[in-house]
Amino acid sequence: MQKNNLKKVIVRVCIGTGGLAAGGKEVIDAFKKEISDRCIDIDLDFTCHYQKVGCRGFCARDVLVDVVDGDKSLTYQCIKPEMAARIVDEHLIGGKPVKEWLIDDTYYAFHAKQKKILLKDCGTIDPEDINAYIDVGGYSGIKKVLSEMNPEDVISEIKASGLRGRGGAGFPTGLKWEICRKTPGDTKYIICNADEGDPGAFMDRSIIEGNPHSVIEGMMIAGYAVGSDHGYVYIRAEYPFAVERLRLAISQAHERGYLGKNIFGSNFGFDIKVKLGAGAFVCGEETALIASIEGQRGMPRAKPPFPVHHGLWGKPTVINNVETLSNIPYIIRNGAQWYASIGTEKSKGTKVFALTGKVKNTGLIEVPMGITLREIIYDIGGGIIGDREFKAVQTGGPSGGCIPAEMLDIPVDYESLAQVGSIVGSGGMVVLDETDCMVNIARFFLEFTQAESCGKCVPCRIGTKRLLEILDRITKGLGREGDIELLQKLSSDIKAASLCGLGQTAPNPVLSTIRYFREEYEAHIRDKKCPAKVCRDLLTYYIIEEFCKGCGACLRACPSGAITGEKKKLHKINPDICIKCGACFEVCKFKAVGRE
Amino acid sequence: MKTEGETVAAETAAILEGILKRYRDDDGNIISILQDVQDVFGYIREDAVNWFSKKLDIPASRFFGVVTFYAQFHLRPRGKNIVSVCCGTACHVKGGSKIAEQVKKELHLNSEGETTNDKRFTFEVVRCVGACSIAPVVLVNSKVYGDMTVDSTSKLIKKLKEGAGAKK
Repeated sequence: MQKNNLKKVIVRVCIGTGGLAAGGKEVIDAFKKEISDRCIDIDLDFTCHYQKVGCRGFCARDVLVDVVDGDKSLTYQCIKPEMAARIVDEHLIGGKPVKEWLIDDTYYAFHAKQKKILLKDCGTIDPEDINAYIDVGGYSGIKKVLSEMNPEDVISEIKASGLRGRGGAGFPTGLKWEICRKTPGDTKYIICNADEGDPGAFMDRSIIEGNPHSVIEGMMIAGYAVGSDHGYVYIRAEYPFAVERLRLAISQAHERGYLGKNIFGSNFGFDIKVKLGAGAFVCGEETALIASIEGQRGMPRAKPPFPVHHGLWGKPTVINNVETLSNIPYIIRNGAQWYASIGTEKSKGTKVFALTGKVKNTGLIEVPMGITLREIIYDIGGGIIGDREFKAVQTGGPSGGCIPAEMLDIPVDYESLAQVGSIVGSGGMVVLDETDCMVNIARFFLEFTQAESCGKCVPCRIGTKRLLEILDRITKGLGREGDIELLQKLSSDIKAASLCGLGQTAPNPVLSTIRYFREEYEAHIRDKKCPAKVCRDLLTYYIIEEFCKGCGACLRACPSGAITGEKKKLHKINPDICIKCGACFEVCKFKAVGRE
Repeated sequence: MKTEGETVAAETAAILEGILKRYRDDDGNIISILQDVQDVFGYIREDAVNWFSKKLDIPASRFFGVVTFYAQFHLRPRGKNIVSVCCGTACHVKGGSKIAEQVKKELHLNSEGETTNDKRFTFEVVRCVGACSIAPVVLVNSKVYGDMTVDSTSKLIKKLKEGAGAKK
């Protein structure tokens, strides 16, 4: 019998970051072994295959495995290597899915309100195989552009789509291309900014790991539109898998003749180099990024001139973020009208968010612009872990702000989030609940921006340091009257006077938390209390007499010897010796350790 | 600092020649060179920097300016295994600092960047590795461990201590 003519049953295993950490590699090895061990001696009317795919989104339920039989597809969740044998036996060979391991309603709820454009291919194709991308229409965008469109047409198409930069600022992509195209010069560059430094964001990582060819195709189209034959991808060295897959994708595109000279028989040529970042958050800023590619310390410079006029090695340069570029092939393939029909009036298309923190369903989501925060957190995210109370959602990382519960119904788009003191940013969305202290969160971000300030301009270098010192003393119970006003004054100076985006936005987490959670600051400063019971120096631990069974667990757990008591008798914490580590609180099974 | 010739051993020179060959014609090559030097030696060796400085006619101060600017570069040797605790936003709100405390305790180290006396472990804190959905996370070299607790961290470190040598 000709095996080639047989129908294929495919097992897809997620090997995104979450998938790999949950054991995706081991799961795929297990399927490989089980398929070859079990399917070989049986006469089947189909063939079994396995395939690795990028991030499926619902990382909380990794490892996710699909069994695809023609147009029927079933998904298993939380799969471990030892479960592979039963799935192969019962489902692949026996035709009966293992029901108890299949995804449940939560999985459908997680996906119901999403609209997947970029992530659709991301979770279904093998990122290490160029043919998989071609099979779903990949590289047809650049073919169409080279055969049917002149560069001006491409620019008007992108302008008409309404696509705006997904790296944070939301500048219209088509307009950026147009300005660069009109700037005179023989040599121009396209740079893909994959220096995803915002803590709490991993969209770009997942796109490169799951669908690297879409980024390459996007860069090629950008190159054709602005008249550039050379691209750079500036990517974090902290993302080794992404770097590996990107390099593989580039070499596969070269072998095919998709990169290089005379692409698809045209006069257009394009090549891409990969440059690794070296661990500096400020290099996400475009002029700092350029300095870093040029081999210098990654320090930003004053703008104008903007990179579109004076960029890499002084040449006109377009810098687009990964998600922006990855959208391009889909817009060209499906048309600007299609793209513009999704989203709101000013914010078109979809946006990928990294939904993390205290929500039940953490993962990578893609939603139409204009969806409300409530829909994201409660319908997609499934609400708060342990059904605790929602407090705020932090968007935009260190440049963004915290949005409180009363604003959950605002639509997610560039303007609406800016209006409430936050930003869409690159797409990190960290959900906070009643157990999170907002002063501590502000302090956390300032610690980050202060450490990452490049030191070139005074307002940022010294201003963030002073902000951090004030926040530090507030969380330690040393806050003074007037500190809140001082924070606000300092923040507005830093915003007004800093050279680049890092300093201009660094005070946002402070300002937004003061705006919506001022009473928490006041509790720290006036009452020396942390309402969320987070700030260590403001807590006291004590034993609740009626609950203590005298089991001695706290005594053993205490690292400082602050707890005394005989077995089966009431224990005591000596506040003078207690270092407030909370070990007793965590270890007590009878809830007999109190803190306030 | 040595002044005379900055000679390096012949085998080291061969390695450095290899790196130089890869990037000689590449504009803005300093960072790529340093990344390769660190890949080979585990840290940035002063003699290697001086060697490149001569060969490329770029002042050593420019190299060191770059080395000290970027968090990725280290001027001192590090342990065979790098245990990094993520303290990005998602890990922070899910208790990343407690995990970091536990790693320090298990390795008997006092602060970030320190290496154990037997040179087997270096403890570091990193700012987001993009694995936020499985926060809090710990990295051992490049392997990611997600959904960590204080207990699972202890177990992980104990297991690493028992196992011999470095793992990729």
